[in-house]
Amino acid sequence: MRTRSGVAIAAIGTALALGLSACAGGGGNTPPGQSGGGSAGAVKEEFNAALGKVYNPSKAKGGIVKMAHEGTWDSLDPGNTYYGYSFNFARLYGRTLVMFKPAPGAEGNTLVPDLAESLGETSDGGKTWTYKLRKGVKFEDGTEITSKDIAYSVARSFDKQVLPKGPSYLNELLDWPKDYKGAFKEPDRDISSAIETPDDYTIIFKLKAAFGSFDYIVQMPMTMPVPKAKDTGTKYQEHVIASGPYMFDKNEIGKSFSLKRNPNWDPATDPNRPALPDGFEVQLNVNADDIDNRLISGDVHLAVTGLGLQQAARTRVLNDPVLKARTDNAKLQRLWYLSVIPDIEPLNNIECRKAVLWAVDRTSVQRAYGGPNGGDIATGMIPPSLGGYKEISTYATPGNKGDINKAKAALAACGQPNGFNADISYRSERPGEKAFAEAVQQSLAKVGIKLTLKPFPDGDYFTLYAGKPDYVKQNKLGLAVNGWGSDYPETFGFLQAIADSRTIRDSGNYNLSIKIPEVDQKIDQVKGEADVAARDALWAEINQRIMDEAVTVPGVYAKSILMRGKGLTNLYVSDSQQMYDYVGVGVQQ
Amino acid sequence: MTAPLDVSGSAPETPPESVLEGAGGKSITGRSLGQIAWSRLKRDKVAMAGAGIVILLILMAIFAPAIVGLLGHPPQRFHEDLTDPNTGVPIGAFGGMSWDFLFGLEPRNGRDLFSRVVYGARISLLIAFLATLVSVVIGTLMGVVAGYFGGWVDTLIGRTMDIFLAFPLLVFAIALVGAIPDTAFGLTGDSLRIALLVFIIGFFNWPYIGRIIRGQTLSLREREFVDAARSLGARWPHIIFRELLPNLMAPILIYATLLIPSNILFESALSFLGVGVRPPTPTWGGMLADAVRFFTLPHFAIFPGMAIFITVLSFNLFGDGLRDAFDPRTR
Repeated sequence: MRTRSGVAIAAIGTALALGLSACAGGGGNTPPGQSGGGSAGAVKEEFNAALGKVYNPSKAKGGIVKMAHEGTWDSLDPGNTYYGYSFNFARLYGRTLVMFKPAPGAEGNTLVPDLAESLGETSDGGKTWTYKLRKGVKFEDGTEITSKDIAYSVARSFDKQVLPKGPSYLNELLDWPKDYKGAFKEPDRDISSAIETPDDYTIIFKLKAAFGSFDYIVQMPMTMPVPKAKDTGTKYQEHVIASGPYMFDKNEIGKSFSLKRNPNWDPATDPNRPALPDGFEVQLNVNADDIDNRLISGDVHLAVTGLGLQQAARTRVLNDPVLKARTDNAKLQRLWYLSVIPDIEPLNNIECRKAVLWAVDRTSVQRAYGGPNGGDIATGMIPPSLGGYKEISTYATPGNKGDINKAKAALAACGQPNGFNADISYRSERPGEKAFAEAVQQSLAKVGIKLTLKPFPDGDYFTLYAGKPDYVKQNKLGLAVNGWGSDYPETFGFLQAIADSRTIRDSGNYNLSIKIPEVDQKIDQVKGEADVAARDALWAEINQRIMDEAVTVPGVYAKSILMRGKGLTNLYVSDSQQMYDYVGVGVQQ
Repeated sequence: MTAPLDVSGSAPETPPESVLEGAGGKSITGRSLGQIAWSRLKRDKVAMAGAGIVILLILMAIFAPAIVGLLGHPPQRFHEDLTDPNTGVPIGAFGGMSWDFLFGLEPRNGRDLFSRVVYGARISLLIAFLATLVSVVIGTLMGVVAGYFGGWVDTLIGRTMDIFLAFPLLVFAIALVGAIPDTAFGLTGDSLRIALLVFIIGFFNWPYIGRIIRGQTLSLREREFVDAARSLGARWPHIIFRELLPNLMAPILIYATLLIPSNILFESALSFLGVGVRPPTPTWGGMLADAVRFFTLPHFAIFPGMAIFITVLSFNLFGDGLRDAFDPRTR
């Protein structure tokens, strides 16, 4: 308690000081182009300066970028990591077959070849995918990277006992031999049914069934080449062999690590990475509020997890025009929503579900997540930067405040004119979800629907409570606060896991309420569809169909407040990373 | 109070008050220990101030709906238009404090902090009182039985107390409150939570009071009035309930008063950790937990924090005064 109140007092002190300096600075408008003092040059600090464009563009090399992390890295091993920030950062020390273009905004959401000479080629509608490798790409020790290294790294990532954390897309998509156990346990097994390497510069992936957006899968770090001779299994993350422009200098797992330039990286083989700084330093396990304070003071350049400022710093920064000018309000491919579970009386009646959708005051939900800076009011299940997004007006109300009359009419049509009682669950550790549940409770009370709040622990939410159909039915859990983010920036990677009813198991479900055969069928159509525009049209239909069924109340498309440390160059938010692009960033000397 | 008390309880030390009053010319009448303590307590200004605040807090809890109806807004109602939509900070100075909102507003949803603090008193005091009652009943019974019978009964109860005292209560409380479903033992919602907290806090705190009562009983059972009762053929229930318990009322009262504030703190700690009464029912600990994220807006944390502080302090002051009044030697 003592340290906390000490921090609070210190923070109040600084806030006052900053407020004063802000007043002093605001007195006269600084003419454009005038230097803010020091050698920083004429960088105009502006809110959202790194959204859709490059903040402080530069080609100057040198300097060290300092980053901080509020916890530990899930793993530095490219085959054992599953966080967005880690996918983003890993591209500094590793190269994949294809990668997201290091560019601001929507352009950053396009795939470009990296180790491969071109994007994947398929001749049979998406069942086999062939990549030709660039020649002369080397590991940090100077040996050349061949297709065998990539095949090996995919085969090693198959073993979820040794490398449990990485994505399992390739485990499921590729046509692995029967009972295959991965490259650690069966190093000599013939895996040519899944991956073939006819020569050192060709790799062919063979899938069980056609999959149109395979390039999105191979941009993930499990295709980063790992030299078999240097693979130490679970200990590989202590010394990852670099293929990108940087290699590990010091690496203390759980404390800190640093990257330095890789002398064997040849810019001629890599058209994508500017590799501006001389190195990176990452501190782990730094208190989250402390990271925010250090960002503000300029001690660190970037909060590496890219989740945005904590509540305390957020309030302070948004109230101060000078600090606010150093932030970017980035859109995330994340949706906070409410599952309206159609198995529970009286929500099994569509009119009662509609009453819920009509009654919820969406502005109240938006406030729960921090107002317009915390997210935009959602009207459907697909966030704006994904294919198939469309504003859905089925339940539009004036000012998004909800419509009590329409809700009451729906209640009457449902045969519950005086409302009903129901339970709403949320994850107790998440203040935003608690505020969401309280806001919904307030809204629905206006039409006579009385909600009881049911907080459950975060870790068991989907395995024991809201995601377990038996529990939901026994305890008559009608509403559940839910949230979902995309694995990779493509609609399939976002919506399939929460909309396909065939994924529903005995427990551990993320899809709590969308059980529509027509949607399942359209998802199958999407899988076989190679044309992007046709896929997007199908997704738009799916989105509308879900809303018609009134099984979810979309809350907000989430946004974060990212803070730029001092002295950064060439900084931008890419739609694929939904945070600052670590491949592009540089730093002033 | 019964007769033996006058014989034994105040006999060893001659109360100065009675001497003084005797000297004042009035006829010297024997007074009970309670009367003596009360006259001492009345002169202890600090203790009386504590008692006054305690009574005010109890009245505040009982009449919360009326107070809030007069001076505030329903504790659950949102006033979102009175907070900044971008930052969630209440509009106006000092967290939106005004005659309309005496303690200001909760950030983001704009709930009235005054009415939440007032309603929070209900939960805190209710749980603390009931839990104390449970502790006192169990503790007294166990203590008297152990002290009076001695031997293997004493050993058994003593070891049980040791086990309870060594029990990792906080961890157990978190696990139990988390594991119990929403409807159990015929109760549901808030009433189940309150019952659960009363059970946990009360049931595991009895050894403290039990040890004190056991010690007091050990010395009391050797006294002449107990011997007298025994030689007149009284059985053990009569001795325990008629002879011993009345003489134990003073320590029971004192330690009950001192147990209440520690129970309030424990309830607040559990609410702070999110295992107390469920939101949106306001609790002081729960409000503090919400306020932590908004530490740049101190008004949110100060009022529930002050409520806990004042309540605990005034119970402690009153309890200390009570102890001094019954037994000035401990002063």
